[in-house]
Amino acid sequence: MDLGYWLPLFFAGAMGLALLIYVILDGYDLGIGMLLPFADDREKDVMVAAIGPFWDANETWIVLGVGILLIAFPQAHGVVLTALYLPVTIMLMGLILRGVSFDFRVKAGDRHKAKWNALFALGSLVASVCQGWMLGAFVTGLTGDSTSTLFAALIAVALPALYIMLGAAWLLIKTEGELFRKAAHWGRLAVWPMGGFLVLISIATPLVSQTIADKWFTLPNAIGLMPIPIATGLAWAGLIWIFNSRQILHHGYGWLAFLSLVVICVLAGIGLAYSLFPDIVLGQLSIWESASSTESLLFTFWGAIITLPMILGYTVFIYRVFRGKASDLSYE
Amino acid sequence: MEFDPFLLARLQFAANISFHILFPTITIGLCWVLFYFRLRYTFSGDKAWEYAYFFWVKIFALSFALGVVSGITMSFQFGTNWPGFMERAGNIAGPLLGYEVLTAFFLEASFLGIMLFGKDRVSNRMHLMATALVAVGTSFSAFWILSLNSWMQTPAGYRLEDGIFHVESWWAVIFNPSFPYRFAHMFNASLLTAAFLIMGISAWRARRGVDGPATWKVMRTGAVMAALLAPLQVWIGDLHGLNTLEHQPAKIAAMEGVWETERHAPLTLFGFPDEEARTTHMAIKVPGLASLILTHEWDGEIRGLNEFEGEHPPVAPVFWAFRVMVGVGVLMVLVGLWSAWQLWVRGKESREGQGVLLRILSVMTFSGWVAVLAGWYVTEIGRQPWVVDGLLRTADVVADHSSATVAGTLFGYVLLYLFLLVSYIAALRYMATKPARSLSLMPQQRAMNAERAQGEA
Repeated sequence: MDLGYWLPLFFAGAMGLALLIYVILDGYDLGIGMLLPFADDREKDVMVAAIGPFWDANETWIVLGVGILLIAFPQAHGVVLTALYLPVTIMLMGLILRGVSFDFRVKAGDRHKAKWNALFALGSLVASVCQGWMLGAFVTGLTGDSTSTLFAALIAVALPALYIMLGAAWLLIKTEGELFRKAAHWGRLAVWPMGGFLVLISIATPLVSQTIADKWFTLPNAIGLMPIPIATGLAWAGLIWIFNSRQILHHGYGWLAFLSLVVICVLAGIGLAYSLFPDIVLGQLSIWESASSTESLLFTFWGAIITLPMILGYTVFIYRVFRGKASDLSYE
Repeated sequence: MEFDPFLLARLQFAANISFHILFPTITIGLCWVLFYFRLRYTFSGDKAWEYAYFFWVKIFALSFALGVVSGITMSFQFGTNWPGFMERAGNIAGPLLGYEVLTAFFLEASFLGIMLFGKDRVSNRMHLMATALVAVGTSFSAFWILSLNSWMQTPAGYRLEDGIFHVESWWAVIFNPSFPYRFAHMFNASLLTAAFLIMGISAWRARRGVDGPATWKVMRTGAVMAALLAPLQVWIGDLHGLNTLEHQPAKIAAMEGVWETERHAPLTLFGFPDEEARTTHMAIKVPGLASLILTHEWDGEIRGLNEFEGEHPPVAPVFWAFRVMVGVGVLMVLVGLWSAWQLWVRGKESREGQGVLLRILSVMTFSGWVAVLAGWYVTEIGRQPWVVDGLLRTADVVADHSSATVAGTLFGYVLLYLFLLVSYIAALRYMATKPARSLSLMPQQRAMNAERAQGEA
């Protein structure tokens, strides 16, 4: 077996998976952060409680994603992060504010709580917008011309919309009463812009990149790929149905909304992976050109196949320990 | 004055890593202390240990959060500011960082949730185990990152092909010559930092009479740790110094301000190194002592900076940082021994009886931070002009950003970090005035806590 071929492929897959998990998991944290200003003080506490035991580990997935970029594709790591210097820096500041506000808001004394709540929301918004910007710039091959800047700007508003949906859907799982109704209301509002952005992105992506257009619109690929947009559309329609159906919401099936969003994220992830593959920087570097030496990849590979299942295992364990509504959660 | 982007990039990295290291330094040590509190409670059933745990776990959580968010910045900085380092040394640095993420980051971040919020959701044994796993995770994290840092100081187990590092032996890379010393020195430094932090804040609490016996129990724990570990640190530091002399003589020459190679080298206690004049002004020297300390012989030879023309670090910052570290270290030994004597041998546990001690311990709360930062400046500035000692120059791996970009983001980071540092210390002060029972991680717990407090009053 040719390790020089398979190992970069394995790590590209692992990186994609880590980033997909990041978007879903930290997505709901960041979404709840952005929704925080719309809730009253008591609800704010419950919203923070709904992400309390999870956010730290959720954020670690981006460290793994960027970590794999750095470990397995050091050439690309330099190219990508140098090109994205400003959005990365601002995103980091957003993540810093979000992460520390979470702790400070209950530890700095009641006088300062409102300030930390505001910083929590601001940090979440800044981080989400910058991540969207980075994703947009990345998909267009980091060219930095005006088309790709426009495209980056589009994703910069689209990704926060997705995160807000994830946040609202997570609150359906974790809350009840008035906050539950508010979450459903937020979801009903945000689902439309999110759908609009999905359509816009689907139209814009092939327009900004000839490479991507060729991959999607040549026969027979186009037919084979049809299930992706169709399934995405169905999942989105499902979302509208779920958020508007009292039957579903009040019989404890709110988690279906989160599931639909996971489906959309997975499909988008597959679509993105297909659009880029085999490049890691579109049109510049392939995963094999930028990969580390085989012996280094092999050393990390053994660590990864032993630890990743364990990580997934205890992540599931933690979510099981803290299952149920956040208001039932007993802290300490 | 024109700012050099290279200097700015270094300043930015220095600002980020200086801010970052403050928090892992606390959490690596403090987590084992928490595990100890938890064990004591489990075996004795004494509520005081439970309060100690509840109080300190909150400070741990806050410190941990600051460590995590500033650590994420570090993982991006390699690529944004030093892409050349990963391009050249990625085969070695990558897997070491990867193992840190895989074996440490997820472990600590995941089980922290149980440690903080899970007490009523899991068995006592599981909760104890979660605390232990977080402690193991933080220690693993230190293991991998110090292995990489040590490799950059004393590279081993590699071969160079077209300027790119490749691995010959992972064992030699991970356990490179300076790693065991650096790991022991840093791990012990974390325990010491935690010891003085818990003593300092407990002293503050004791002076206000918060939490009664629990506060004194914590202070006694810290005193024993300090009395044992501070002298141990002197010994480890000496071993580490000998190791540095063997592998990085230029760093030692800068630390000691030795300008010319000489035998019977004097120890400069104090002075102002002047690199242009190649002399130390107003130096106070003890004849032969540097030779004795470093070679364990009165007339041992110490290689001077003259042998490393153009390849030695800037002298003054290394010289000064070293004196700050040693000075604070000596103070920690004295205060550690004295507080153990006061608290254990004399055994007086009252505000009135221990007024002076409490005052001194409060002042020493963050002494660990000062010593750790100074120590890291010695070792990191002391490695310059190399990023990988003797093999790869720092100037060759820097990213090509305009100085305006780097200066702007540097300014942003520094403002943010100052704000967070002030907030952190203010939060610690605020929490220090509150009994453990009244503090909650989640506000809706207040009512429950109040009931608990009443039930036991």
